[in-house]
Amino acid sequence: MQKGTTKSRVLIVDDEPNILVALEFLLNKEGYEVLKASNGLQALEIIEKQPPRIVVLDVMMPEMDGFEVARKIREEENNQDIHIIFLTAKGTDADRFEGYANGGEVYLTKPFDNEDFITTVNEVIEFGV
Amino acid sequence: MSPVIIVLVSVIYMGILFLIASLVEKGGSFIKRIVHNPITYSLSLAAYCTAWTFYGSVGRAATQGVGYLPIYLGPAIVAPILFVFLRKIILISKNQRITSIADFISSRYGKSSTLGVLVTIIALLGIIPYISIQLKAITLSFEILKSSDVLVDIGSKPFYYDSALYITIALTFFAIIFGTRNLDPNERHDGLVTAVAFESIVKLLAFLAVGIFVTFGIFDGFGDLFQKGSTLPDIERLFSIESVDISEGEWFGLIVISMAAFLFLPRQFHLAVVENTDSRFLSKASWIFPLYLLLINIFVIPIAVGGLYYFQGQNVEPDTFVLTLPLAMDHFRLAMLAALGGFSAASSMVIVAVLALSIMISNNLILPTFLKPRIWKNKNQGNLTSQLLGIRRVAIVVVLLLSYSYYKMIGNTYSLVSIGLISFTAIAQFVPAIIGGIYWKRATKSGAISGLVIGFVIWFITLPFPTLVESGLIKSNVLEQGFFGWPLLKPYALFGLEGLDEIVHSAFWSLLLNLAAFITVSLNSRPSQLEISQADLFVDIYKYRSGGGAEYEVFRRKAKIKDLELLLVRFLGEERTKVIMAKYALKHQLDFSKITTANADLVNYAEKHLTGAIGSASAKVIIRSIAKEEPISLEEMFNILDQTQEIIQYSRALELKSAELEKTTSQLRQANKQLKALDELKADFITTVTHELRTPITSIKALSKILQDNADLPESQQQEFLDIIVKESERITRLINQVLDLEKVQVKSPEDNQSVIDLASLVQQTLDGLQGVLEEKNVERQISLPEQPIWVKGNSDQLTQVIVNLLSNAVKFANPENGKLWIRLASKAEHAVLEIEDNGKGIPKKDKDLIFERFTQLNDQQLGKPKGSGLGLFICKTIIEQHQGQIFLGKSREKGANFVVQLPLTTSPFQTSKNEKKRVNNKNNSDP
Repeated sequence: MQKGTTKSRVLIVDDEPNILVALEFLLNKEGYEVLKASNGLQALEIIEKQPPRIVVLDVMMPEMDGFEVARKIREEENNQDIHIIFLTAKGTDADRFEGYANGGEVYLTKPFDNEDFITTVNEVIEFGV
Repeated sequence: MSPVIIVLVSVIYMGILFLIASLVEKGGSFIKRIVHNPITYSLSLAAYCTAWTFYGSVGRAATQGVGYLPIYLGPAIVAPILFVFLRKIILISKNQRITSIADFISSRYGKSSTLGVLVTIIALLGIIPYISIQLKAITLSFEILKSSDVLVDIGSKPFYYDSALYITIALTFFAIIFGTRNLDPNERHDGLVTAVAFESIVKLLAFLAVGIFVTFGIFDGFGDLFQKGSTLPDIERLFSIESVDISEGEWFGLIVISMAAFLFLPRQFHLAVVENTDSRFLSKASWIFPLYLLLINIFVIPIAVGGLYYFQGQNVEPDTFVLTLPLAMDHFRLAMLAALGGFSAASSMVIVAVLALSIMISNNLILPTFLKPRIWKNKNQGNLTSQLLGIRRVAIVVVLLLSYSYYKMIGNTYSLVSIGLISFTAIAQFVPAIIGGIYWKRATKSGAISGLVIGFVIWFITLPFPTLVESGLIKSNVLEQGFFGWPLLKPYALFGLEGLDEIVHSAFWSLLLNLAAFITVSLNSRPSQLEISQADLFVDIYKYRSGGGAEYEVFRRKAKIKDLELLLVRFLGEERTKVIMAKYALKHQLDFSKITTANADLVNYAEKHLTGAIGSASAKVIIRSIAKEEPISLEEMFNILDQTQEIIQYSRALELKSAELEKTTSQLRQANKQLKALDELKADFITTVTHELRTPITSIKALSKILQDNADLPESQQQEFLDIIVKESERITRLINQVLDLEKVQVKSPEDNQSVIDLASLVQQTLDGLQGVLEEKNVERQISLPEQPIWVKGNSDQLTQVIVNLLSNAVKFANPENGKLWIRLASKAEHAVLEIEDNGKGIPKKDKDLIFERFTQLNDQQLGKPKGSGLGLFICKTIIEQHQGQIFLGKSREKGANFVVQLPLTTSPFQTSKNEKKRVNNKNNSDP
């Protein structure tokens, strides 16, 4: 994928609107098409309608946490190509392990470094991790 | 010879005996040493030789020749074996404090009172004929001396002319004086034993004197005597065993019953076992006693031959030769000496026999059978020794009267020897039970009882019963027809066994069946625990001897020492009890003033001493009564009650203590649980706080970096990002403030900044402050505040914080569709009561106790993400408690939560502080 194109769609899921604001800005600037969801159910709905290349998932969310969302994503045959990046305040090794176990490919912790975040997303798009 | 002289001499003789006895009993250690020696002991055993020996041997020799010998040969030949038995029996008896043959058997078979009774009855029935012939002998000698006529008939006088009656009375008196002067726990009568030993010397000397007189006075030595004697018709049969009409089996039978009699005749048992002071005497006795038998038998045949020769053609009773020969030669002094010899033989037998029987009757018949043990505990009884002695005296009188009656009825029909042997055969019935008992552990009570009963019955129907029939006392034809008309049950030819001497016949069948029953039943019955242990003690006496038996406890019994002492005093007297108890205390290093309970060992010790006084069966019963039941005296009862009370109190205290302990433990457990929960909560809180901190920081960091990196951003966007940064920073500040608040509230003294506040206006002001938030959330409010002020004392800042916290919670948790709040304030009694209620889902029951704890967050996902620190309610609770108030969950009208705050009212209507700060600047504040 080329930068600047809007071919690469990224879904960001977080219950903190301010974080969504920051993430959206960063991704837009890199030329990604950004979809936003503030909870798991909403995210799954969006994925069904407009499957993104990448889902950036928060973990601690009401009703359905990020791990569950990831599991649900992976349950669908069509969703196997979707890359899942966890972006969360939960930073223990156990959390990390759980993230990978539930189908995540990258595990980033909050607060994140803007450049690291963008680099990671780009790399995932380019190399698929 | 004048009867006055005879009586006088007899009385003097008795006086001498009595003098000897009392000298010995009062005597010091020197006399005791003389008395306690093997020679005295051996001589006392010679009480075996009774008037029957003295007169009867000659009689039997004159009629049956050497047939008289087995009775003396038996004990003499087998003396070594006898003394082996005797040694064991003595050791056992010392160990068990046994005082009679009945006691011995009863003790061996589990202290069975049944056996005690049985043995006593057999002994009694067996011995009464025996005593009667002593009476006969004395009477005969008295009559012969009196009339100086060799042909007296003593059978046909009325009783008040009957010298036998007076002799009986004299002997009774004598026996009572000798035997029941005091109650010795070991039934030792040193004086009596010495008197008996003395009598043995007298009768031996008297007999030897007559023998020498006959051999060397009437005849010219043995040669002359036997030469003249050989001219008599049928004389050969007296001198050869072959020609005597006694089969080998009969010899054997007679030897056996004689052995049995020597060991187990009650008087022999008494002298040999009970009166024995040192078992080492036995080794000397084992040759002195046979020597004595030899000496006293040397002249039997010479006197018999002399009598037969001298009284040829006259109808002189051979039983009287010893007396009639000197009389016939007009040697009155010698005749008197002979009579004294006969009297000493008879009296020693009678006195010891009735004494032994009286002990058996009182200890084995009267005490256990007719007197309930309870009597012994009766306070009024005091010292019972006199009562026991009374029982024995009565027993002596009864035994002698019975003997006299038997003598009057039967005595003249039979010779001395025949009646003596009837007794011997009865006593021989004890052999299986005793010998089996001390060598065969398997022997049981049932076996012993069966053997004794069967042996006794056979003995009775084959010996005494026929004598009763023959003497005409019972009219019956069983002698010819057999019992029930069965020829097999003829008393003299049982089961068709004919041609035997009636004694041997009876002994054969009774002992055979006795032994068979004893063995068969023993093998087929199970002994009780006590029997097993007693069997052990008896059979293995050498093993237990050193331990004194006391350590070999059968039962773990306990009794009060006081009771034990009381009991011992009653039966043994105060002084002896003191000595006995002191001995025990010394041996075991005990101080009886300090202990109240006697252990099993002491109880056994006391029982043994009691056994000495009243027999094992009675002692067992009586000890059991105190070892089991509680004493009945009031004083004792109170003591027990006191002790019980103490124990109850003590156990109550213990109970209390343990309950306290349990409570403390459960409190500790609870505290521990809470601490653990708190720990977990803390960990959760830290995670929560970390997350809550990370979230705003993430936004701030990301957005400020964006602003930094993108200087060309449009103004509006820059402004938007900056706003977010500011808001998120405030969020962090708020969180930090709350943590600090908590710290503040907890550290701060409640008295700081306190004033009298109108709670109503405070609530109103807080509501006004939150107006915006409430409008935004679109929550319906029902507010009920009183018109007049409600005065409480407190810190208005802190109270405001509580109200804000509760209101924010209520708004947050109220039903999102149509949220409702109820806010009520009222004064009830001495409290201001503020209720803030929502219509949300309420607090789950499990969380009701937890919600006021620090770090608790209600994680209800339906209600959205909790956005609190978990400190709100905890801060509220801390503040309210510092105001001496309470906060709790009240009843709610719908499902929601109803937080109730109670604060104490204050009476002083002071002015309200106006400078109330409101912490309502944080719209998002919604900490539960």
